[in-house]
Amino acid sequence: MNEPPTTFRFRAYHWLSVVPIAGLLGGLPFVNRVEPYVFGLPLLMAWIVGWVVATSAVMGLIYWLDRRHARDGR
Amino acid sequence: MSAPLIILAVTFAAAIGLGLWARRGHTMNLEEWSVGGRGFGTIFVFLLMAGEIYTTFTFLGGSGWAYGKGAPALYILCYGAAAYTLSYFMLPVIWRYARARKLVSQADFFASKYDSPALGALVGLVTVAALVPYLVLQLKGLGIIVSEASYGSVSSTAAVWMGTAALVLYVVVSGVRGSAWTAALKDILILSVAVVIGIYLPLHYYGGYAAMFRAIERAQPGFLTLHASGMSPSWFISTVLLTAVGFYMWPQFFAGAYTAKHEDVFRKNAVMLPLYQLIILFVFFAGFAAILQVPGLKGADADLSLLRLAEQTFSPGWVGVIGAAGLLTALVPGSMILLTAATILAQNVYRVAVPDASDRTVSRLARSLVPVIALLSVALTLRGGAAIVPLLLMGYNVVTQLFPSLVLSLGARPLATTAGAAAGIVAGEATVAYLTMSGASVATLAPWAPQAVKDLNVGIVALAVNCVVLAVVTSVTRRRGGSA
Repeated sequence: MNEPPTTFRFRAYHWLSVVPIAGLLGGLPFVNRVEPYVFGLPLLMAWIVGWVVATSAVMGLIYWLDRRHARDGR
Repeated sequence: MSAPLIILAVTFAAAIGLGLWARRGHTMNLEEWSVGGRGFGTIFVFLLMAGEIYTTFTFLGGSGWAYGKGAPALYILCYGAAAYTLSYFMLPVIWRYARARKLVSQADFFASKYDSPALGALVGLVTVAALVPYLVLQLKGLGIIVSEASYGSVSSTAAVWMGTAALVLYVVVSGVRGSAWTAALKDILILSVAVVIGIYLPLHYYGGYAAMFRAIERAQPGFLTLHASGMSPSWFISTVLLTAVGFYMWPQFFAGAYTAKHEDVFRKNAVMLPLYQLIILFVFFAGFAAILQVPGLKGADADLSLLRLAEQTFSPGWVGVIGAAGLLTALVPGSMILLTAATILAQNVYRVAVPDASDRTVSRLARSLVPVIALLSVALTLRGGAAIVPLLLMGYNVVTQLFPSLVLSLGARPLATTAGAAAGIVAGEATVAYLTMSGASVATLAPWAPQAVKDLNVGIVALAVNCVVLAVVTSVTRRRGGSA
């Protein structure tokens, strides 16, 4: 098993973590509609679900980058 | 005995058995009892944290909101995602500090950071005041679920007593390990139940999701979008942000983080939990499906929509399984709340009053407080009536008031003085109490404001008062005391 990171430094790419929630909430007034349906969900609901999935993806990316930095010892 | 009753009884027995079995091989000092000796890996911490999302509130209230209010219910999905993002950065810092100083409660953290046991006691008392109504909510939910799923053959009062007895038993014996093991059972069951009903009900009654939502939109236009005023986008955004910062201020969450054996656990969890909480969506689907199938549930009865539709759709055996999942959604958070409240009262209130108390005494006191808090909560559940409702509404706003002084303490030295932190918390809580009792909203406080401002969640007012008082008192006390 790889050694997980033990120290923490704020890095520029950590700002990415703001993107999903800012996108989700910022877009709300523009997608507050039922039509069109996306995968059977009203647009507003699909928008929210999409960004929640994106939250996991973005946090996964940040975690991966953090691990890589820790492994390289930088 | 009927099929649902047998299933409920088996689940109940399994939860108690698992809760007691969790203790094996561990000597129960306070650190072991409250925070599992700081030895939990990713899965256990995940289950504890996820266990807190699927409370009776999500199970009954989530479907109830979808049924009664529609699109505004979606805020529940959003604040979780925002809170987990925050946790990626915040929890490792808290965990590291807590481990180095062997802290066992959230109030310990404040006492240690601000070097003031009195501040710890203040935080402790405030959070216990928020925890007890939360436990009452779980017990009320438990009563509803068991009496509905047993088709009335177990009264809700009997269910509350039995549930409480089980909680007390395994919390006293196994502490947080009991919660973690029962959480494993709960998540497996709730996961299967939510996915099955969330997929089956819309397909069975409407033939598909789009067809279901079209039918709802035809019957109640505007139900699937946020409103132009009231529960508008501005309400939604402010509520999500406020709830997200308050999320980890719940003392059972905060101290739940102490159980981790490595800080990396939180980062992995922050990646997985947003996806995992999408299961709530299936609970919403059940609530949406109920709108046209079991219409007419008004007010608080909306919370029964999921169970009523299940009774109408499934055989009694399946209703029993759904009820069993619901039963566990009350037991797991309930046990965390009991454990946390008892730890705080013994460690952060009693110990301040009796500073030379030994660790053994505090540990024993914490465990003896469990039945006391439990009995108080049962009394409030069975007799509290309407008096408890304002307290419930206050709970989230009450814990959110800890956020400013917590964030300012995360660096090497707190950016607020002890007096500033205490004054901010007291002012924030007083504002929360006033707003709740008077039923004020931003619209009544500022009738001249534009609609988007009027719709803001009124909790923002309390948080603003808190921050201003904290800043003013900090600058005054810092000047007077030189470099603080």
